[in-house]
Amino acid sequence: MSDTALIPQPREISTEPRRSDKVFRGVVTSGGLSSLVVLGLIALFLAYRGFEVLREEGLGFITNADWSITLDESANVVESNFGLSAMLVGTILCSIVAVVIAVPISVFSALYLNFYAPAWLKRILVAVIDMMAAFPSILFGIWGFLVLMPSVEYWAKLINKYLGWIPLFEVEPYFFTRSPFVAGVVLAIMIIPIITSVSREIFAQAPLDRIQAAFALGATRWAMIKAVVIPHGRSGVVGGAMLGLGRAMGETVAVYTVLNIVFQINWHVLLGAGGNVASLIILKFGEASEYEIKALMAAGLVLFLLTLIVNAIANVIVKSTGKSGR
Amino acid sequence: MIQTPESEKAMSSTQPSSLASVANARQERTHASTATGTGLEARGVHAWFGKNYVLKDINLEFAAGSVTALIGPSGCGKSTFIRTMNRMHEFIPGAAMAGQVLLDGKDVYAPGVDVTKIRLQIGMVFQKPNPFPSMTIGENVLSGLKLAQIKVENKDELLESCLVRAGLWNEVKDRLDAHGGSLSGGQQQRLCIARALAVSPQVLLMDEPCSALDPGSTLRIEETIRELSDSMTIIIVTHNMQQAARVSDYTAFFLSDGGPGEMIEVSRTSEIFSQPKDQRTENYVTGRFG
Repeated sequence: MSDTALIPQPREISTEPRRSDKVFRGVVTSGGLSSLVVLGLIALFLAYRGFEVLREEGLGFITNADWSITLDESANVVESNFGLSAMLVGTILCSIVAVVIAVPISVFSALYLNFYAPAWLKRILVAVIDMMAAFPSILFGIWGFLVLMPSVEYWAKLINKYLGWIPLFEVEPYFFTRSPFVAGVVLAIMIIPIITSVSREIFAQAPLDRIQAAFALGATRWAMIKAVVIPHGRSGVVGGAMLGLGRAMGETVAVYTVLNIVFQINWHVLLGAGGNVASLIILKFGEASEYEIKALMAAGLVLFLLTLIVNAIANVIVKSTGKSGR
Repeated sequence: MIQTPESEKAMSSTQPSSLASVANARQERTHASTATGTGLEARGVHAWFGKNYVLKDINLEFAAGSVTALIGPSGCGKSTFIRTMNRMHEFIPGAAMAGQVLLDGKDVYAPGVDVTKIRLQIGMVFQKPNPFPSMTIGENVLSGLKLAQIKVENKDELLESCLVRAGLWNEVKDRLDAHGGSLSGGQQQRLCIARALAVSPQVLLMDEPCSALDPGSTLRIEETIRELSDSMTIIIVTHNMQQAARVSDYTAFFLSDGGPGEMIEVSRTSEIFSQPKDQRTENYVTGRFG
């Protein structure tokens, strides 16, 4: 109307929720925050308990590979050397082996379940795979030790024979039992369910009209999957793999059962000498002195931070690859 | 069955004037079609979804190089019918069909027929534009070749000719590397038409290709259809009767009275709109129901 009219300030818009809504909001908020609080308290506890050792060892706690403590008769610490490097290398090595083996199997089984399996078989397989996720890890460990190890050792020898020229697959001395590779295979079986179900969910969301478009252009099923389903699900698969990696790094009992823990950095995946932070804790915890327990708590804190970093990297990857396929 | 031109001439003298102007909107063909093959024929096609009987005994011929519009109210089985033509029907769980679909006289449902080859010969454009989001505009057009593993001598030439025929070339020629999602809805639909053309189908099925588009894009796509009809057989499902009148040579009217959909009448488009033989057709095309 008139050009002298003042442009008004935007209004404050507020709503007064009902009492029932307020109560519900409170319940849901406390539920949502509780996991954060618990996680924070655990981290705080580990930092508090491990602080003394971390101060004593400094950066050497991550870069050294010794783990020894000498006590006198009245249980005072005479000398101590704590370093996690061998365990950290072992943890990463086992987890990467696990993910490398588990991801292809999981992706193929997710594709089979979504696009090839008849409905009745799909129902059964989904139930079985979910059950696998709930299976006690000690049983995986024992099964891996008793049943899997002999055949995995055979594969390991084959890999060493034909690919031994690659430094990663060197075995010197010639000793294959209880290697990071064996532990990785056991871990792979344990993380297949989670990667499969994440992949299956994301593949099932592939847009139906694009799938039909591909078929209408004369695509075979596999060509359709390559053109539509995989580009759509790529970031989800990466996310699933990272979840699996996190699970593999934190897994304790199964690895402890099959892995030969040696305090020496070993990058040779087939050699029967490995390390694992979580397994170290379970190995030493029972007979540890008060001061060594503090060291173990510090080790726990390092593992916690490592998992956190992996998850953060996973988030970045998922976000950066997420856009393209959608 | 399709009427012969003779019978049309005999009837044209008695056209009521009210609908004649719409019916005559499509220009008569002035030159011979270059479409190959002897066309497509549905013989006694029935269809089911589970126990739901949706399509009853459809007999229709589509001459090579003709444009046929399928009209009728929602739920009368038009889309189901065209999806039986290129065997997209069978993707829906529980879907079944009976009868024959003959492409150049050969049954596309015969045992041992490679279904992917059928879909190459009978292309399809869907109701909602569905370019592949992970591919660029150029890749989208040529995606059919990749999907069906067809080798082509000169890809750039094919890319250009498909986009030209789909009426999109001028709008996208400077940004073939942009993603398909950056186009407007109407452009995306023409991209999908170009994509369907790249594998050189004999027949193009169009399932309400303009129902999600604005009038300008609709007009553009209708022009495209008219140009394409020189070289291929087109079957178009539409709810827009003006569109059927504008683009098609023949029109078939489908109807379901609560049971399975049936084809009530087929004839030259001008006849369907001016002198429908069936009372139900007349009610529909004059807007008394549906």
